[in-house]
Amino acid sequence: MGLIADFAAQGAQMLLVLALAPGLTGLVRKAKARLLRRRGPPLLQPYRDLIRLTRKEVVLAENASWLFRIIPYMIFAGTWVAAALVPTFARGLLFSWSADLIAIVALLGSARFFLTLAGMDVGTSFGGVGSSREAMIATLAEPAMIMIVFTLALLAGSTQLSVVAGFMLSPAIGLRVSLGLALIALIMVAIAENGRIPIDNPATHLELTMVHEAMVLEYSGRHLAVIELASSLKLLLYVSLIACVFAPWGLAPLRAHFVAQLGAAAIYVGKLAVGGVLLAVFETTIAKMRVFRVPDFLGVALMLGLLGALLLFVSRSL
Amino acid sequence: MPSLEKATAQGRRIEAHRPWPRVMVDDALWQALASRLSDGRSSLLGLWGEASAVHMALYDDRNKSVVVATRDCPSGRYPSVARFHPPALRLERALRDLCGLTPVGLPDARGWLDHGRWGVTAPLGAAPAQSEQATATYSFLPAEGDGLHQIAVGPIHAGIIEPGHFRFTANGETIVRLEERLGYAHKGTEALMTGRTLAEAARLAGRVSGDSTVAYAYAFSRAVEAATGIAPPARAVWLRGLMAELERLANHLGDIGAICNDASFALMQANCAILRERVLRAASRCFGHRLMMDRIVPGGVTADLAPSGAEALRELIGAVEKAFPRLVDLYDNTASLQDRTVGAGRVGAALARQYAAGGYVGRASGRDFDARRDLAYPPYDALTFETPTLEDGDVDARVWIRIREVEQSLSLLVAILDQLPPGAVATPVPSEAGEGMALVEGFRGDVLVWLRLDGSGRIARCHLRDPSWMQWPLLEAAIEGNIVADFPLCNKSFNCAYSGCDL
Repeated sequence: MGLIADFAAQGAQMLLVLALAPGLTGLVRKAKARLLRRRGPPLLQPYRDLIRLTRKEVVLAENASWLFRIIPYMIFAGTWVAAALVPTFARGLLFSWSADLIAIVALLGSARFFLTLAGMDVGTSFGGVGSSREAMIATLAEPAMIMIVFTLALLAGSTQLSVVAGFMLSPAIGLRVSLGLALIALIMVAIAENGRIPIDNPATHLELTMVHEAMVLEYSGRHLAVIELASSLKLLLYVSLIACVFAPWGLAPLRAHFVAQLGAAAIYVGKLAVGGVLLAVFETTIAKMRVFRVPDFLGVALMLGLLGALLLFVSRSL
Repeated sequence: MPSLEKATAQGRRIEAHRPWPRVMVDDALWQALASRLSDGRSSLLGLWGEASAVHMALYDDRNKSVVVATRDCPSGRYPSVARFHPPALRLERALRDLCGLTPVGLPDARGWLDHGRWGVTAPLGAAPAQSEQATATYSFLPAEGDGLHQIAVGPIHAGIIEPGHFRFTANGETIVRLEERLGYAHKGTEALMTGRTLAEAARLAGRVSGDSTVAYAYAFSRAVEAATGIAPPARAVWLRGLMAELERLANHLGDIGAICNDASFALMQANCAILRERVLRAASRCFGHRLMMDRIVPGGVTADLAPSGAEALRELIGAVEKAFPRLVDLYDNTASLQDRTVGAGRVGAALARQYAAGGYVGRASGRDFDARRDLAYPPYDALTFETPTLEDGDVDARVWIRIREVEQSLSLLVAILDQLPPGAVATPVPSEAGEGMALVEGFRGDVLVWLRLDGSGRIARCHLRDPSWMQWPLLEAAIEGNIVADFPLCNKSFNCAYSGCDL
């Protein structure tokens, strides 16, 4: 009976992230539009876009390989599994014991690897430019992410997100400089990973400045729908990750009552909304940076992560 | 050093040409003028042709004089100017495509406007010939080296903008060479003009480049008035100035926002777009058309200021004067935005002078030329205003020139409204033969119109030269050594016309 309930909770979590992801993207767009004194598209527009895309014919380049056709599903699968591993409304879900934060980073990394391959597969110049830029960002964002993981692991004694969240809720935590550094670093990595301003502009029409959009320029129809859904999921994943580690209040404990879980889910939706609006505000106040400044930006994230980990080592040895 | 007039004094002067002299020159004098251009004593304003003659307009910066030199070429050949003075290169290539006149010694044998899809060669020449669809590919200039790759962009772009092809040769992100290919928006405007009545031709002139419709109609009308020797009523003259400044204001406001938007700073774009919209609505209230299309015609203007117009304009000026300084502060104080614009896409002062680049492109690189001031035409001869110049030549400088010009246009609007004389707004244009030329300062720079009337109130030949002819080549120079991702920003800061150049 317990196992069935566990499965049900885990399944609910996976469906919840899938259902909420386009909504978060819609919310960010809406908030940005309001900040720019525009009315903006309705919140549900990303859902409609996905339905529209799935109805459309897939147009493939003549020289597209088999890889190009299966990559959208691989990206989606990797991102969805990664999102399923993050405690969104409940701790200690069934899957969370099977993989930890490092596995999440690896899943996202492999999804990105396939996307860069897809960018280069058809051989258009924009895809190549996008892939090369994405690779440059990845080589800097991933070490920074690993450093953040180390910092958290050193503190909580585990790389399991459920354990980390539990530790953050416990009175043992106190106020720590390392946590502040890790939070800032994680936000910076999240911005870079999701291709938001100032790293990349998801709303641009300028081919030459694109990173993520350049790699998916050749995709259409259901392939594009799946990729769009995966990038919405990724944004949701990072917001959930930040919420789970740095604002774990309201997470339902292991095998909580159904009603408690429902309440926790409502709190989670609230957290997402706050995250989405904050992201929109941040994006409105800043211009996109020159491509060659991105290493500086991510270098800062890496240094912050490193500093957080080092501080812990130093304070522990004393 | 002889002045331009003295240098061309030995040529036979054409009396019908007004207001500036047109002289017939021989080979020796043509070459002498070409070398005047190449050593920087004069600037090239334009180079155009007819079936068997080629015209070249020169401007002398020191004594502010304009001369048109004409060389007859019954053999269909003339000595190339571009051989000595590169800014003439595209003009000569376009001239060869349109009129079939061969520039002897021109180093570039490729076509410019003619992409081989007209079904005819040299449509303006003495003997247009039917031609097959061209199948040969356009050969871009080579750039060779280890690790260089090409990026082809356009002519169809992801955004809704005009068509143009850009071929980048890049080493990773760094641009080694950019080559433009234009002509996709060719409409055959100059051929359409020939044989039209003045009213029809004025409409065509106003449609060369939609964002500069006032400037084009203004220049065309002034050229007709110069050719026929008439002066429009005083009120019409001042209303033209009012429209020209409104157009400049609207376009500069739009540009400032659009440049920031290309650095993904949409906040500026949103606010500037609101101001631009207010200008357009005020224009609509004053003259019945948002862009003031077809409001300026030879002999005057077609629409007097609406009764509530002056009030609408003062309201607009108040609103812009209130909101604009805050936007300028926002631009100036956003470090992430400044980081993109400062130092990007630099154009050297020497290049701007050599190419005689007008408008914000020239002024941002220290070229102090303004047709409203240096070749003053009414009502600007009775108005005081400043022409801002800067030395940096980067994207930031081009934004600042626009900001300063917005401020100047606002004060000009107030001055024009204060001094607007009463009276009629149009006078009939006699059907006289003659040749006229006019330079009018549009928002991009000086628009040149040259025309010949045949005596029955129709156009015999009309040439319209957009300021972007002199600015497009500078974009190629500005982008060298920049990174690929910065091109849209640099391009937007130039905001050159496609339609205006493709004619």
